[in-house]
Amino acid sequence: MTAALILIGLVMLGSAAAALLRRNLIHSALLLVASWAGVAAFYLWAGAEFVAFAQVLVYVGAISMVVLFAVLLTRQDRVTGFLVETASRSRGISGIIVGACLFAVLSAAVSSSDLPEAAETAPSVSVKVLGLTLMRQHGGTLLVTGVILTVALLGATILAATDTQEGGARTPSAPNSPEDQP
Amino acid sequence: MTPLHLCLLISSGLFCIGLAGALARSNTILVLLGIELMLNAANLNFIAFWRFHPGRAPVDGVVFVLFSIAVAAAEAAVGIALIIAIYRHQKNIKLQEANTLKG
Repeated sequence: MTAALILIGLVMLGSAAAALLRRNLIHSALLLVASWAGVAAFYLWAGAEFVAFAQVLVYVGAISMVVLFAVLLTRQDRVTGFLVETASRSRGISGIIVGACLFAVLSAAVSSSDLPEAAETAPSVSVKVLGLTLMRQHGGTLLVTGVILTVALLGATILAATDTQEGGARTPSAPNSPEDQP
Repeated sequence: MTPLHLCLLISSGLFCIGLAGALARSNTILVLLGIELMLNAANLNFIAFWRFHPGRAPVDGVVFVLFSIAVAAAEAAVGIALIIAIYRHQKNIKLQEANTLKG
């Protein structure tokens, strides 16, 4: 059981680190899909099946497609393709140093904290119980989440579809085609 | 070293990889993906504590993660829309060139 957890963790962390180190944006997006699938595998390992399926639907399915569309729409030119130039050396080194220091602090805190002995079996939560809890105790929160999603999607459409320079609303794909670039 | 310790170590590793990526890369899409990784690390912590210390209300951890995933999806949509809007104005998405609001 612990071996499975270590394997899942290695896949998750390895693909996430490789994704943020690659120069090719398409490779990064696909490696991040692997990392999100690793997170879903962790949820399955922990016994939270519904959350695992939600993770697969939302991240592996939807957000990865949105990211791939963004990569395609913001392509720079046809020569370099999807390669992005590396950041400046000081910026990269300082980012990695901050990440490593934070990981040192967090891992020291985690390994020195005295957590009580874990429960052996996962708490079983059926989808029926989950749905009843969502609709009864957390009904207001569910409504607020729906409002947030609606407002965010409307705002995203307005942000991406209006062109303030020429004053008119245009379809988002037309000005982004490579032929229009100077 | 209980499994809960291991889960917390994995999630802090994921958080730090996301943080380092968001700070080190200059491509806006990669910064957004780093932020998504950090959100996923927080969700891992929720599920780890739910699995090993359910407490009195055994559904709450799962419900929290579901709301967090919904909000993260909304955040990703708005972020991608902002990236496309910035790209339309200045024809690239490098972070250090999006400085027209700088005082």
